Amino acid sequence: MSTDPDQTRIADLVGKNDVLLFMKGSPLFPQCGFSSRAVAILNHLGAEFDSVDVLQDQGIRQGIKQFSDWPTIPQLYVKGEFIGGSDIMMEMYESGELATLLEEQGLVKAD
Amino acid sequence: MPMAADEIEALIVAGIPDARVEMTDLAGDGDHWAARVTAESFRGLPRLKQQRAVYAALGDRMGGVLHALQLTTAVPVQE
Repeated sequence: MSTDPDQTRIADLVGKNDVLLFMKGSPLFPQCGFSSRAVAILNHLGAEFDSVDVLQDQGIRQGIKQFSDWPTIPQLYVKGEFIGGSDIMMEMYESGELATLLEEQGLVKAD
Repeated sequence: MPMAADEIEALIVAGIPDARVEMTDLAGDGDHWAARVTAESFRGLPRLKQQRAVYAALGDRMGGVLHALQLTTAVPVQE
């Protein structure tokens, strides 16, 4: 296991939040078009999610790319598993896979 | 310096020799690109692995000089 404190913090965040989006900005004020699209998809599906603004934390901003071996942000994690970036989210949204995944895990808000 | 479409395309093809790449300039500024990468070698791979292959081909440029690349991967449709 890594002893890098940023990797430990990221693993902790990913472990504690069922649906977690690492993004630029906040869900209300996304600072990048890709992050904005990721938030819109999760909101549209009624997902309960938490987010981490990587612009507020350089350690996480760099560390998350190593953690997932993925070079871009946003990044979505569901139940500790890396799902993908905004393009994969969009494809999974359009195919219905993302809705199914969230529903099966009971991660969609009740109306 | 932003990357030119043919430069991005060449890198992807260098990493994935059977790839066919369609580039679209999203903002008309030569800096925000969409790439659609179709490759027979993607067949059977989950999307995550298909995209990882493209990112591997682009190396550390992704998220650096190439900061805005919308990426779609696909396998060729059988005729």
